[in-house]
Amino acid sequence: MTVRLDGGQVVADAYPTAATNLRCRESGTEYELEARYVCDVSFGPLEVAYDTDEIAARVSRERIAEGPQNIWRYRDFLPCAPEDPTVGLPTGLTPLVYAPRLAYELGLGEVWVKNDTANPTHSFKDRVVSVAIQKAKELGFETVACASTGNLANSVAAHAAARGLESYVFVPADLEPQKIIATGVYGTNLMAVDGNYDDVNRLCMQIADERDWAFVNVNLRPYYSEGSKTLAYEVAEQLGWELPDRCVVPIASGSLYTKLHRGFRDLIETGLVETEVPTLDGAQAEGCGPVAEAFAHGRDFVAPVRPQTIAKSLAIGNPADGAYALDTASATGGSITAVTDEEIVRGIELLARTTGIFTETAGGVTTAVLTKLAERGEIDASERVVIYITGDGLKTLDAVADQVRPNAIDPTLESFESFAATAV
Amino acid sequence: MPVIVKIPSPLRTVTAGEAQVECAPGTVRELISEVDGRYGGFAERVMDDGQLRRFVNVFVAGEDVRFGDGIETAVSDGQEVQILPAVAGG
Repeated sequence: MTVRLDGGQVVADAYPTAATNLRCRESGTEYELEARYVCDVSFGPLEVAYDTDEIAARVSRERIAEGPQNIWRYRDFLPCAPEDPTVGLPTGLTPLVYAPRLAYELGLGEVWVKNDTANPTHSFKDRVVSVAIQKAKELGFETVACASTGNLANSVAAHAAARGLESYVFVPADLEPQKIIATGVYGTNLMAVDGNYDDVNRLCMQIADERDWAFVNVNLRPYYSEGSKTLAYEVAEQLGWELPDRCVVPIASGSLYTKLHRGFRDLIETGLVETEVPTLDGAQAEGCGPVAEAFAHGRDFVAPVRPQTIAKSLAIGNPADGAYALDTASATGGSITAVTDEEIVRGIELLARTTGIFTETAGGVTTAVLTKLAERGEIDASERVVIYITGDGLKTLDAVADQVRPNAIDPTLESFESFAATAV
Repeated sequence: MPVIVKIPSPLRTVTAGEAQVECAPGTVRELISEVDGRYGGFAERVMDDGQLRRFVNVFVAGEDVRFGDGIETAVSDGQEVQILPAVAGG
């Protein structure tokens, strides 16, 4: 074991990955691998560039299979990783669940559910946070922080606790109580901001300018977003190194959606799989569907909206990767569809009663969009479809609380039989 | 009262390290022009072809100008203008 404690912090050596620098998506300007997210020249977003020949030379199905039972098995594709993969909260390798009853109900052929609720803090955010916090450690930060709609707050607080880092978590004050409690319990500095997520995000960008902190989704965003690619690698490995024909993916900032695309392309470009990139369908709520709106009108830019939806984890009215999400839809032959709050609740119920998986509202959005695509006849019966369920239903209990009505009886056989007689 | 234009760190290389610049009231376009008069090259960094760049967000009194009149949004005495990158969060 090379993991050690130093002044309360968990320390591990850095694994030398194939990341080479940061590069602007717009101007191509390159920067060192530092805490930076905006190009000085174009103001555009930076992303991590790699020595792709080096990656191709290193990776193989066997090397991955022999790797750790967490996301670090894909570390050759990531911007950073600990030398010892036991450090921190093990994340990933969540179940890919075959869902024949869901497929049957929707008249589809083959549907799988990537159940990413089975992460340490019950959402996919543990993937991006694992990568960001590793980078924060490598860059020598003592404090990590984030702007969050809830899931990220849970995750940053937990991973910071596991590695002994100070943390500040900024959330909209009206967040679901479950998400507030499941963040504060880790001993973070929990800041409830009187505003919506876009207000919180704006505040965090200003604080990031003033403090020497690692904001996982601000100044460390280029590294953070790379963690989402592991959701592409994992699904391919779990399908025996085959790719699905189609994926349905929730869109908030658009980062997960676009990085899944990147992840599938990584697998093809390095020869780990030989098929084509799946059709990627994006899912939004109508109450906050700026990317779906732009897609519907054939625009190449996203106009901001004021969010009003029960899907709070997707309530980003001003999505950072919105324009790139439109590119992903177009490049993969996919679509971006929005559903109503009522459809979201029905989506949560449908997934629960046909698969046994209880999702938060974001997964309700995803399931509802799958339903809509199926009803429209856009999915062929021969297709293998994967839906990404990114958060746990226990985080948004209010969304379905009214749907659940226990049958009250006395503790007697007669009382039960009396109920059973009327229920038939 | 002057208008305060808050400068994000990626732009402070242009403003000689200044985090805020005081301007006279006017539209966002006029304010950018005034800052550019003092710090040459500023307008080019935030505008392209006469419009705000795709990855530049401008807020007047906390409100995204795209909910108002865009670059023609009026800024009154004492209001604060924030220029921020559009690529954070999520």
